[in-house]
Amino acid sequence: MAYTTSQPQPGGFLSRLGYRGNARSKKTAVAAEEMKRVQFTSPVLPYLFLFPQLAVIFIFFYWPSVQAVSSSFYLEDPFGFGSTFVGLSNYTDVIFSSEYQSIALFTAVFTVLVTFLSLSLGLLLAVKADRVIRGASTYKTLLIAVYAIATPVSGLIGMMIFDQHVGPFVKMMSYFGWHMQVGLNYYDTAFAMTVVAVWKQIPYNFIFFLSGLQNVPVSVREAAMIDCRSGFRRFWTVILPLLAPTAFFLLTINVTYALFDTFGIIDVMVKDKPANNPVTLVYKVYADGFRGNDIGGSSAQSVILMIVVFVLTIFQFRFIERRVHYN
Amino acid sequence: MYRTKFSDHLVLILGSLFLCMPVVVAFMTSTHTAADIHMNGLSLAWGDNFIATYEKVLTQKGGFTGDITGARMVMNSLILGIGFAAGKIVLSMMAAYAIVYFRFPMATLSFWVIFTTLLLPLEVRIMPSYEVMSNLGLLNSYTGLIVPLLASATGTFYFRQFFKSVPEELLEAARIDGAGPFKFFIDILVPISRTMIAAIFIIMFVYGWNQYLWPMMMTTDESFFTLMRGIKSILQVWVGSNIPDYNEAFALAVLAMLPPVAIVVIFQSWFIKGLTESDK
Repeated sequence: MAYTTSQPQPGGFLSRLGYRGNARSKKTAVAAEEMKRVQFTSPVLPYLFLFPQLAVIFIFFYWPSVQAVSSSFYLEDPFGFGSTFVGLSNYTDVIFSSEYQSIALFTAVFTVLVTFLSLSLGLLLAVKADRVIRGASTYKTLLIAVYAIATPVSGLIGMMIFDQHVGPFVKMMSYFGWHMQVGLNYYDTAFAMTVVAVWKQIPYNFIFFLSGLQNVPVSVREAAMIDCRSGFRRFWTVILPLLAPTAFFLLTINVTYALFDTFGIIDVMVKDKPANNPVTLVYKVYADGFRGNDIGGSSAQSVILMIVVFVLTIFQFRFIERRVHYN
Repeated sequence: MYRTKFSDHLVLILGSLFLCMPVVVAFMTSTHTAADIHMNGLSLAWGDNFIATYEKVLTQKGGFTGDITGARMVMNSLILGIGFAAGKIVLSMMAAYAIVYFRFPMATLSFWVIFTTLLLPLEVRIMPSYEVMSNLGLLNSYTGLIVPLLASATGTFYFRQFFKSVPEELLEAARIDGAGPFKFFIDILVPISRTMIAAIFIIMFVYGWNQYLWPMMMTTDESFFTLMRGIKSILQVWVGSNIPDYNEAFALAVLAMLPPVAIVVIFQSWFIKGLTESDK
């Protein structure tokens, strides 16, 4: 669900206002900070407690990750007769292929659209839900309910809504002269995928924005109310800055969601016919590795994605953690 | 104070409709017959085929080899969800306990070793993970379905945060009373973590139940298919059929989303608490 390091935390009021304190020294002393004053000392016990978690992580995380990196430098025979070292040629093959470039472009556009739309709609609904009193809990339940629907299920439902024969949305659009052909027309499919991906992610953003809003102290709201009569300006200058930690956290989560978690939606909606349909980079890693049996190429793509994730994480640490102080 | 405007309600109603309508349509449509849906499109009205469709989906043997029923898929999904949630809680509580409550030389290193797993989602290392699993002979097994998913730090972080917020006096008092590390863990820490455990169990169950890519790769033997995996295969059967079984596909979708949606709605407050307040 979450690959990032920080959760937005209700924290103190000062931290919400951007109080930085000793943010820098804190970062370097993550381990020291978590120490309790009173601790047990034992030569064996801590390792015993850690062993199961570490064993699982080494076998199922580090081993495959190292394998991905190493096999990206080899050309593997599709019939399993050994492999040859080819240096960086898997990488150059991938990067210079026009198919990969167009998929990368689609992934970028898709990620930006999904992130922007689901964040802004989630925020809009949270702001409204924070205001109403009558029916507040009903709205909240309705808006949260679909959070837990799995991506392939939402893909399946989306596929039906956008189905050429029975889909209500397609019928409605044909009155306006738009004859959608999801699965056949590249842009129609891209549109449908984006709608489904946004639909699935709104509740998540809603939950976090709403809890962020409800953590804004009443005293601040009242002070803002006195200082500033325009509701929009009050939101823009007082409430939104206070939501910044939540928003930045959600930004990373939504980008990782659009990049990786949408796999289920895409896999269901392209129905095993990726040829003329938009797919994302993760789908291509899977398709090349599993269907195409191109282990080297697929691994090189994996490593490229790993680098993307690293860059995202560093971005989060350097620019976001510095500006926004948690805890 | 702020006075609620009509437009606030309008936005919320539209938002709720946008989010919930597809689910309602899916459920209502699943109560019609395939031919009916083919002729009249998706439906918002209750059909008369509810029992027949669901009975067929749950009990009729389907798939390519014909030995998997919907009920079996529900069971496999439950095994995956519960097994994953339980495994996650046990492993991550133990690891977090060691990191927070013990002074030992490798503490920082262990922390970073676990921390790094947050950087690389499973989707990115999917091919080599598959190879590792086939080397270990774990394809088509519950162990292979559940254990590799435990290799991430999310749970450990939740518990680490929680343990850090536990008052120091508790341990001091326990030590004065002569409690050792095991006794403190089992008799004090686990009981006071009950709410946290419940919240994490819910989140992890939903996460496990909803897994798609991993079960899809790990299981070729249909008796291990989960509901998510079943959705994939019902779509593969579709290609080329005259009147696709829309009703059955929707029924399967409803079965697949019912438990997670019910859990989120029923345990709403725990769920939100677990998600947003990892340090409480």
